[in-house]
Amino acid sequence: MNLLYDERLDGPLTKTDRQTLLAEMRAAVPDLEILHAEEDLRPFECDGLSAYRAVPLLVVLPARIEQAAAVLRLCHARRVPVVARGAGTGLSGGALPLEQGVLLVMARFNRILELNPAGRCARVQPGVRNLAISQAAAPYGLYYAPDPSSQIACTIGGNVAENAGGVHCLKYGLTVHNLLKLEVLTIEGEPLTLGADALDAPGFDLMALFTGSEGMLGIVTEVTVKLLPTPRVARVLMASFDSVDKAGRAVGDIIAAGIIPGGLEMMDQLAIRAAEEFIHAGYPVEAEAILLCELDGVESDVQEDIARVRAVLERAGATEVSLARDEAERARFWAGRKNAFPAVGRMSPDYYCMDGTIPRRHLPRVLKGTAELAEKYGLQVANVFHAGDGNMHPLILFDANQPGELERAEALGGEILELCVAVGGTITGEHGVGREKINQMCTQFNPDEIGCFHAVKAAFDAEGLLNPGKNIPTLNRCADYGALRVHGGKLPFSELERF
Amino acid sequence: MSVDIVNADCSADLLTRVEAALASNTPLRIRGGGSKGFYGRAVDGAPIDTRGHRGVVSYDPSELVVSVRAGTPLADLEAVLADAGQQLACEPPHFGAGATVGGMVAAGLSGPRRPWVGAVRDFVLGCRVITGQAKHLRFGGEVMKNVAGYDLSRLMAGSLGCLGLLTEVSLKVLPLPRASASLRIAMTPATALAKFAEWGQQPLPISAACHEGEALNLRLEGGEGSVQAARERLGGEELDAGFWRELREHRLAFFADPRPLWRLSVPVHAALLDLPGDQLIDWGGAQRWLKSDAPAERIRAIATDAGGHAACFTAGMVDSPLQPLPAGLLRYHRQLKAALDPKGVFNPGRMYAEL
Ligand SMILES: Cc1cc2nc3c(=O)[nH]c(=O)nc-3n(C[C@H](O)[C@H](O)[C@H](O)COP(=O)(O)OP(=O)(O)OC[C@H]3O[C@@H](n4cnc5c(N)ncnc54)[C@H](O)[C@@H]3O)c2cc1C
Repeated sequence: MNLLYDERLDGPLTKTDRQTLLAEMRAAVPDLEILHAEEDLRPFECDGLSAYRAVPLLVVLPARIEQAAAVLRLCHARRVPVVARGAGTGLSGGALPLEQGVLLVMARFNRILELNPAGRCARVQPGVRNLAISQAAAPYGLYYAPDPSSQIACTIGGNVAENAGGVHCLKYGLTVHNLLKLEVLTIEGEPLTLGADALDAPGFDLMALFTGSEGMLGIVTEVTVKLLPTPRVARVLMASFDSVDKAGRAVGDIIAAGIIPGGLEMMDQLAIRAAEEFIHAGYPVEAEAILLCELDGVESDVQEDIARVRAVLERAGATEVSLARDEAERARFWAGRKNAFPAVGRMSPDYYCMDGTIPRRHLPRVLKGTAELAEKYGLQVANVFHAGDGNMHPLILFDANQPGELERAEALGGEILELCVAVGGTITGEHGVGREKINQMCTQFNPDEIGCFHAVKAAFDAEGLLNPGKNIPTLNRCADYGALRVHGGKLPFSELERF
Repeated sequence: MSVDIVNADCSADLLTRVEAALASNTPLRIRGGGSKGFYGRAVDGAPIDTRGHRGVVSYDPSELVVSVRAGTPLADLEAVLADAGQQLACEPPHFGAGATVGGMVAAGLSGPRRPWVGAVRDFVLGCRVITGQAKHLRFGGEVMKNVAGYDLSRLMAGSLGCLGLLTEVSLKVLPLPRASASLRIAMTPATALAKFAEWGQQPLPISAACHEGEALNLRLEGGEGSVQAARERLGGEELDAGFWRELREHRLAFFADPRPLWRLSVPVHAALLDLPGDQLIDWGGAQRWLKSDAPAERIRAIATDAGGHAACFTAGMVDSPLQPLPAGLLRYHRQLKAALDPKGVFNPGRMYAEL
C-alpha cells in the first residue's frame, strides 16, 4: 500500500506555486536560508523510513527563532502546510515532507543555552543532539537519562516530538518524564511556554500533551531537560536461554522479585548472530535468546541486585549467566544491542523495524505469533527489544528490489501490530505513528476516539497545517482501510478476546 | 487478591447522567470522596458522584500496572498494592478518609517523593473517560510505552475534571523499597537549601527532603547497603517514618496555623524566599508551603519572581486560587476545553472562571 499523502483519503491541500512562495518567503523572512533547487531538496526527501520519499516545495533552515516564527506566520497566512524536521532519524515517516508543503529544519538550533548543576537541568535549543546534552553535563557528574539508540544523531526536539525512549526507560522514564519546560511556536507563530522551571505549572498539562505529538500541535523551539546524577556503578549481566519463551518469562520474574533494572533488553537468535558478526560483542551465537540486564546505583545495592537477578535467571532456566568483568566488556555488551538495527541491516538489503508494545506476560505468545506470520509471508524476522517494558522491535528482512517484497514486509508488519493491539498492547511504543502506522491507528482507536484527537488538533491548529496526514488518520481513511481489512465480516484476530 | 475490596461497574449510570446533563445543558460538579473539594474554585452544578463505580479492573504485579475504577477509595487501592509489595510511588495525599483514585488523578497532587520519582501524571498510562459528546472512550493503555495518538491520559491528570469524567485509570506502580530510614538534623532553612543542592548532584538514595521548624528532615530509600551507608554519612538523629505521612496529609503543627495556606512551586534551586508569613520547605526546595494573610498579588509576585507560581490551598480566600494564566495560554486552554467539552458541562469554572 502506498503511504504517500493521498488527498482523497487525507484531505485536500492548498496548491502553491514554488516560485511565488519562494519570493514571498524571501521578502517576509530576511536572511533565511531557503533551499528550492531540485538537487538541494533531494537530501531532505525522507527520514529514517526511507521507503517513502517526497520532495517538498521548499526547505527552510532558520538560524534564529524569529525566523521560524516568521516562516510559520507566512505559511499560516498562505495556508501552506509545514512539516518540522530535526535530524531526520525518525522511523515512522514523521518528518516525511509534503510536495505541497514547506519543510522546516530545526537542526541549526544546536546550542546548549544553560547548564545548571544546582538546578539539575539544562536549557537547550531543539536541534541539540541527545548525546551532546549528557556530554555537556558529564563534567558535573550529571547526565540526561533517555538514551535512544540513535542518540549520537537525533535531536532533542525530535525526541520531544516522538516522546523517545531508550534502553534505560524502565527505570528512568521516557522523554516526557525528563522534561521541565518547553518553548513552542503555534502555527500562527505565537510563542507559548509549557511547563516551568518549577516541577509543575498552572493549568492543563500541555507539556505532556505536546510531548509525542509529532510536530502536529506546535514547533518546539527550546527544551529544558532534567539531569540526574550519574550512577556510581553500572554492571551488566548477560543470560543465555535455549528458548525464547524462557527468556520472556525470566523478564517477568525479575520484575516480580521487586527489582527494576536500569536496562532489560532481549535479543533472539537472528539478532544475536547479526550483532555478533558486526560488533564481536562476545554474544553466545548458539543461544535462542539472550537477556541483557543492567543494574546501576550505589556499589552495595548493585552487588546485592546482581546476586538476586542471577538467582532469578538461573531459576528461570538460563543456560549461562555472565557478568561483564569490566567497563570495556560492559560497553561491548551494550554496543551489540545498540547496533542491532544496523547489524541486521548488513544481513539483508533492507529491513523494516516495528515498534509494538505489549503487556509483558504476552511476550511468548506474541513472539510465537510473529514467527508464524513471518512464515506465512515467507520473510525472516529478527527480534530485538526493550523487554523490561514490553516494547518489541521485530525487524523484518526483505529486499525492496524484489518485486512485491516491500509490500509483503509492510503487510507482515501491519499484522504484527494488529496482534499487539489484540493482546492489549499498542502499535507504537516510541517510534511514533507518523505516516507509517497511520492505518493501524484505525485498529487501535474507534472513530469517536479519533474524533477526539482531531478536536484536540483543531484547538491548536484549526486549519490542519502542521504536519497534515501524520499521526491521526481521517475517518475517511479508516473507513477505506476498514473496508480493506474486514474479510467476510471478520476482523483480524477475531478469535482473540478483546482487552 | 487477598485484600477484599468492593467491585462494581456503574459506568452505564454515569454515562446516562452525562447524556441527560448534555441534553438539558446542566453543568455537572464531579465528586468522588470530596476530600479535595477545597482545591480550585467552587462549582455551581448538579453533583455527580463517582463512588459507585469502583474496584480494581486488572492487576498483575509483574506487569507493574494496575487498572482501577475512578470511584475506588485510594486507601483500598493502596492496600491492594501493599499486599503485593508495591505502591503508588508518587505518594498522593488523601486529604480525607474518602479520597478516591479519580480525585487523586484529577487533582494531580503528589507527595514528598515527587521530585525523585515523578508526579501523579508520570504514572498515568491510560484512562477511560466520558466526554462532552457523551461517549465512553479509552486513551493510552496498560503498557509502559505508548505513543499512539495524543497523550490525552496524561493531560487528564491535574485537569480537575474540566475536560471529561474519568471513569478508569491505568497506573504504573513500583515495588516498595527494600530499606528505608528517616533522619533529622537541626539547621537553618538557608543551610538546608544549600545541602539539598549539594546532595541533589550526588547519587544518594534520597526520597524525601523537607525543612520544617528548626530542622532538616530526610528520608532515604533503596537497598540496605546504600541506605545504611547514606544514613551513616549524613548523621543526624532518627526520625519517625510517620512524619512523611503527616507532612503529606498536612497534619503537622505547621498546617494548624489559622492563616490561609499557600503552595509555592518554584525551581528546586530557588534561594530562600523572603515570604510574608511562616514557611515549610518540601521537595528538596521545589515546594514551599506558606501560612500567610498577605494579599494574593504579593505572594504571586514573589513566586513568579522566583520562577514559579502560587496556589491558595484554603477554600474561599481568593477568586482564583490557582495562578491565572498568561493570555496566550488561556486562549488555548479555552479552545481545548471547547474541543473536548463543547457544552461546558464538566466542572465549569473549577480551574479558572473562563474554563
Ligand atoms: C538506528 C536508529 C535507532 C533508533 N533507536 C531509537 C530508540 O532507541 N528509541 C527511540 O525512541 N527512537 C529511536 N529511533 C527513532 C528516532 O531516532 C527518534 O524518533 C528521534 O526522537 C527522532 O529525532 P530526530 O531529531 O531525528 O527527528 P526527526 O526524524 O527529524 O523528526 C521526528 C518527528 O519530530 C518532529 N519534529 C522534529 N523536530 C521538531 C521540533 N523542533 N518541533 C516540533 N516537531 C519536531 C517531526 O516533524 C517528526 O514528526 C531510532 C532511529 C534509528 C535510525
